[in-house]
Amino acid sequence: MTPTRKDTVMQPTSEADLAEAIRGANGALAIRGGGTRPLGRPVAGEALSTAALSGVRLYEPGALTLVVGAGTPVAEVEALLASENQRLPFEPMDHRGLTGTDGIPTVGGMVAANASGPRRVQAGACRDSMIGVRFVDGTGAVVKNGGRVMKNVTGYDLVKLLAGSWGTLGVLTEVGFKLLPAPAAAATLRLADLDDATAVRAMASALTSPFEVSGAAHLPGAGTFLRLEGLEAQVAYRAGRLVDRLAPFGRAEVERAPAAVAARWAAIRDVATFHGTPGDVWRVSVKPSDGPLVAARAQADAVQYDWGGGLVWLRMPEGTDLRARLGDLPGHATLVRATAETRARLAPFPPEPAPVAALASALRAKFDPRGILNPGLMAP
Amino acid sequence: MEMPIADVRVLNRRERLVAGLRAILPGDAVIDDVAETRAYECDALTAYRCPPMAVVLPRSTSEVAAVLRFCHDEGVPVVPRGAGTSLAGGALPTADCVILGVARMTEVLETDLDNRFIRVETGRTNLSVTGAVEEDGFFYAPDPSSQLACAIAGNIAMNSGGAHCLKYGVTTNNLLGATVVLMDGTVITLGGAHLDAPGLDLLGVICGSEGQLGVVTEATLRILPKPEGARPVLMGFDSSEVAGECVGDIIRAGILPVAIEFMDRPCIRACEAFAHAGYPDCEALLIVEVEGSDAEIDAQLEAITAIARRHNPVALRESGSAEESAAIWKGRKSAFGAMGQINDYICLDGTIPIGELPGVLRRIGDLARGYGLEVANVFHAGDGNMHPLILFNANQPGELEKAEDLGADILRLCVEVGGCLSGEHGVGVEKRDLMTDQYAAEDLEAQMRVKDAFDPKWLLNPAKVFPLAVSASRRAA
Repeated sequence: MTPTRKDTVMQPTSEADLAEAIRGANGALAIRGGGTRPLGRPVAGEALSTAALSGVRLYEPGALTLVVGAGTPVAEVEALLASENQRLPFEPMDHRGLTGTDGIPTVGGMVAANASGPRRVQAGACRDSMIGVRFVDGTGAVVKNGGRVMKNVTGYDLVKLLAGSWGTLGVLTEVGFKLLPAPAAAATLRLADLDDATAVRAMASALTSPFEVSGAAHLPGAGTFLRLEGLEAQVAYRAGRLVDRLAPFGRAEVERAPAAVAARWAAIRDVATFHGTPGDVWRVSVKPSDGPLVAARAQADAVQYDWGGGLVWLRMPEGTDLRARLGDLPGHATLVRATAETRARLAPFPPEPAPVAALASALRAKFDPRGILNPGLMAP
Repeated sequence: MEMPIADVRVLNRRERLVAGLRAILPGDAVIDDVAETRAYECDALTAYRCPPMAVVLPRSTSEVAAVLRFCHDEGVPVVPRGAGTSLAGGALPTADCVILGVARMTEVLETDLDNRFIRVETGRTNLSVTGAVEEDGFFYAPDPSSQLACAIAGNIAMNSGGAHCLKYGVTTNNLLGATVVLMDGTVITLGGAHLDAPGLDLLGVICGSEGQLGVVTEATLRILPKPEGARPVLMGFDSSEVAGECVGDIIRAGILPVAIEFMDRPCIRACEAFAHAGYPDCEALLIVEVEGSDAEIDAQLEAITAIARRHNPVALRESGSAEESAAIWKGRKSAFGAMGQINDYICLDGTIPIGELPGVLRRIGDLARGYGLEVANVFHAGDGNMHPLILFNANQPGELEKAEDLGADILRLCVEVGGCLSGEHGVGVEKRDLMTDQYAAEDLEAQMRVKDAFDPKWLLNPAKVFPLAVSASRRAA
């Protein structure tokens, strides 16, 4: 059966169809899930969507494992897990508000972007929860790696390699995850009026406590926020202990209402304060204590810190080359929102040292010898 | 175990090659004396031995780079070695190879508690990483049972796990950055004190690549604040099905224990005879450990024991003190020693979906009876990582081979029910020839392409991971 076309978007309905479409391609393909994460250099090519490769293949709540088709909407997965009081550990960000897109975020897109939210500091990134993948490489071969068990060191870990590869090594068709139980209770602690450097010190104090802080963000002007999760009694106990520990930074207010806690962290996760604002948005990953230095060097229009200071979101005047301002600070900066013109001019993904770039390009040449999978999106 | 025929073009130049190594390293860093190289002829998989052509023990990344560049240019295979504790033969030499050991590179290079990382040279042992930050209230989470001896280099090569990975993950989840020397001597730095790769996750694919993509000389590792406390509960059941259901119910109740250990009757009896831990004589025993403050532990254990009671346990013993905790763990921690006392054994390392546990245990029993051998089972029940111990008598001709055949059948069974050949030990040479049972040709081809990109001449850690027939054309090229 030939792949169905929807408004000039190829949308294969099976892995075999996808493989056939890739084998038969005679030019560049622009791979997409829900089209909600328009990052990287613009790709000129025929649109190929994985949205029709959807559905839950396996869900075993007692084993904390889930395998789903790459086109499955993230929201559908989250609703299914919530019905069993479980969740994806890494709290994936929804990019729609920030990038002004309106598609339906898919699991494949989330994985290709290695999208992780505030809980990254405690539960790891998307790639850390992934236990298996199936994908079609640039030659049309179907490859599987890992599987449905959470401990697996059999052969090379292509699961990690595919996470965050933005469709440039292969097109994902199926992904397996390990899950976490959803906690019975949560709380947000808020410290007011801290300058950036003091806020990062307060967050370091919280993150080096034994209370398993699962979120640590600083929104200049709005406050410094810390999240606790667990059993009811546990959260109450930990909140009390953490308020005491943070006393040198001021008196922390404690928010316990579930809806308020959830809304607060969803807003931090999706960088809500930047929605609908003008300018470019950059995402910088550094050693947490370097966070304030990033902001000082960037002279941004607005700043938000997550991951205890290690993830800095910056709103910059359109077309600014942020990397030139940051200089030699160890870490990396990604341009997340900008016009296609700016994304074509400034490398959206950080340029790599020559030997690393050579390895990456050798890998792409092996997995996609014709150079047809999102060519140029991550690297020229 | 079939190994490739040693390359005579290398062996014929032995003296010249050793002299070349001596020219780029200090004198005591090169070993070619036949008696001394014998110390490197095997790792912890002692059934297979082969002295290497030479051994080098560099003291710095630049010395490692010089050795690899030299061997690359001369076409000499290199087998990287951490502490030599691999149970899979990951550091088994070939007769024409140079063993590159990182045992002299053990320094802590940087400790940063506020940013929660430590940077070390990779010859450092796993336990001494925790040792370097313990007084400050931190620890390094992955805890393979060889942690007293095993090196971080080997942990990264094999992506090692441990008993506590249900909560804390394995090596790859705790590795932030690395200095890697490629086979041609190029030194690259990946990651660092910040989170997540900017481009392709090369660090993610290097971790667990069994030393075949590069030699990791420095590592930035995530360290965690120590929990306030930990306590286990022991429960016995009269069937493994019921024990398996109990594990599932605990997890579904929203509790994430730090460890869930399972032992079957043969294992319980051997441990009891050896350690006198006071274990009940029953079909299946679980040890479930949780962490937190005293009150938090009480609350979690209360919930766990309530679930256990619904499954009519034949024994239920909650620890109330450090002494009681030690007593509960005593038998489990001596399991391998107890087995070693009464038998020779092979320790397997397959993973299965945890719902398959009862059926798999039954079929392992059937397979063992077919071979006339006995198997005892220890199991990280939370994550499905099984360690069946095949008991045999090494002095009886043919028994080792029989035990190995049974082991292969059990690992094939793990794959058949949706699991895998290795949960934490790695493939090495031990499971190399079973890889085609788990992966189709395209799957192995994709993995070998990664090797092609990093080590085009296929000189690093030869004859491991991929069946020789599958990799033949690449190795010959």
